[in-house]
Amino acid sequence: MIIAGALVTSNDAGLSVPDWPTSFGSWYKIPKLVGGVKFEHTHRMIAQVAGLLTIILAVWTARVEKRRWLRILSYAALGTVIAQGILGGITVLFYLPPAVSSAHAALAQTFFCIAVAIAICTGRKWIEEQPRIEFDERRPSLFTLTLCCIFVLYVQLILGAMFRHHGLSWWPHVLNAVVVSFVLAWTAVRALTLYSQVEAIRRPAITMLSLVIAQLCLGFTAFLTRVAWGRDAVQPELPMVVSTVAHVAVGALLLATTVILAIQVWRHVPVALEERLPDAQSDASAA
Amino acid sequence: MRRLLRPTATPDLHFKRKGDIIMNKKTNWTTTTVSILALCALLTLAACNKKENTAQSNNAPAESTAPPATPIDPATVATIKGTVKFDGAAPKPPKIDMSQDPACKGTNEAENVVVNGGDLANVFVYVKDGLGNRTFDVPTTPVVLEQKGCRYHPHVLGVMAGQTVDIKNADATTHNIHPTPKDNREWNESQPPSSADIQKNFAREEIMLPVKCNQHPWMKMYVNVVKSPFFAVTDKDGNYEIKGLPPGDYTIAFVQEKLGEQDQKVTVAPKDTKTVDQSFKAAGE
Repeated sequence: MIIAGALVTSNDAGLSVPDWPTSFGSWYKIPKLVGGVKFEHTHRMIAQVAGLLTIILAVWTARVEKRRWLRILSYAALGTVIAQGILGGITVLFYLPPAVSSAHAALAQTFFCIAVAIAICTGRKWIEEQPRIEFDERRPSLFTLTLCCIFVLYVQLILGAMFRHHGLSWWPHVLNAVVVSFVLAWTAVRALTLYSQVEAIRRPAITMLSLVIAQLCLGFTAFLTRVAWGRDAVQPELPMVVSTVAHVAVGALLLATTVILAIQVWRHVPVALEERLPDAQSDASAA
Repeated sequence: MRRLLRPTATPDLHFKRKGDIIMNKKTNWTTTTVSILALCALLTLAACNKKENTAQSNNAPAESTAPPATPIDPATVATIKGTVKFDGAAPKPPKIDMSQDPACKGTNEAENVVVNGGDLANVFVYVKDGLGNRTFDVPTTPVVLEQKGCRYHPHVLGVMAGQTVDIKNADATTHNIHPTPKDNREWNESQPPSSADIQKNFAREEIMLPVKCNQHPWMKMYVNVVKSPFFAVTDKDGNYEIKGLPPGDYTIAFVQEKLGEQDQKVTVAPKDTKTVDQSFKAAGE
């Protein structure tokens, strides 16, 4: 769905179907999939399937899942996908205002991260695995670093979306790429030097580092094709579409990988409880 | 103390975390969800409402309360004409790939700078200043904008504020017409093949108002909305002519979508026919 959405933006097809929630006045008819309609209506159809699957997920989780927080996560996925659909509709009806289109782009990846988190936490490995607890005594803690990664990536996502939707220049996105690279590299190096023996941490850390490198290359290519060479393009050209869509897709993978790393760090390398709850400790000591 | 803090053998939620405290609070999720949905529904309603208003405004005929036109003595009117040239080597127009839609037949190339032997086509020429408080009747005949061969005809259009633009689709495919104005209301309507013409007007003056088709992203054209009838668009030979101008001092603006605007001051005497040529250089020169 993220790739389908990125194709809509890259092909400038966001308003090729001018109405919403209907498509050319119909709730169910599939229009002729040519030109921009091919991208926009396909995106709508994939979104409908994703929405349906999320409803099934939420109902299923509500019925069988014992963990309350996981049930809440599945409701969050449902709420996100509903809000995402409505944002998609608003952006069509208001002719793609940059703020709404960017919110639509950011919420798509939020939904993706929630779905990935649910997949991780309901997986066989998560259920059966006995976590190797190693208390993290370095400061800032690895968990704090992973949260910083998610934060800077989210900022980067919004800056990128604002640029793509003509709400901002390209340079804040490029400038923040330096910050993102630094924070993510710091986190990956910390994770790999101290906890490389924990597979659940090593794998997402290596993936994250690889994706950062790939994303920087794709970002550079997208900049060349879209900004430097494609400034006066009379229509979206294949190199600019491929590079920008790949940049969006790898960006989503990077954010999801970072979320996985944060979850695994939270599980395997916790910060000692007495440091997180100093009041509880002092109470216990007093007792 | 440390022993108490070690995790139990439970596969998850091994020990108490800050997040657990938050999650154990009795938060009314239903109320929150319903509130968000209600807010979204309101926003949607507002969006639909805005669209309806927009459509009404654009479809409305020219206001009947407009002040009467200032009389012009036809015996004294003057004419301005001329040729617009392009200095330097003419840029080669990029070819357009229309393979996205099999109904878009033939060849097509970009029209953002059209030069024929040094003559520059599609330049909008209008009287920018000098008409004072004169008012003019809005013509009752519409100007035609046609979509044919998956391109707009004409590429640059002049129209008076309030004058009807009659939009036709001669192609065997659906187009959507989407002006993206700065000062007028934005709208976006699809037009299937063999469907009725779409009639619109633009209420406010606006130069080089972009119009595009989101189904065929190469399709772009510009509408120029002015308050007076004194405007023209250069033809393929770069020629233009503005007739019926009352004697006076004027600023004539030449506007090209990519090369920008150039102005000239000109004085016309009664029954005068003045030649005002203009030339544009390539962008960046």
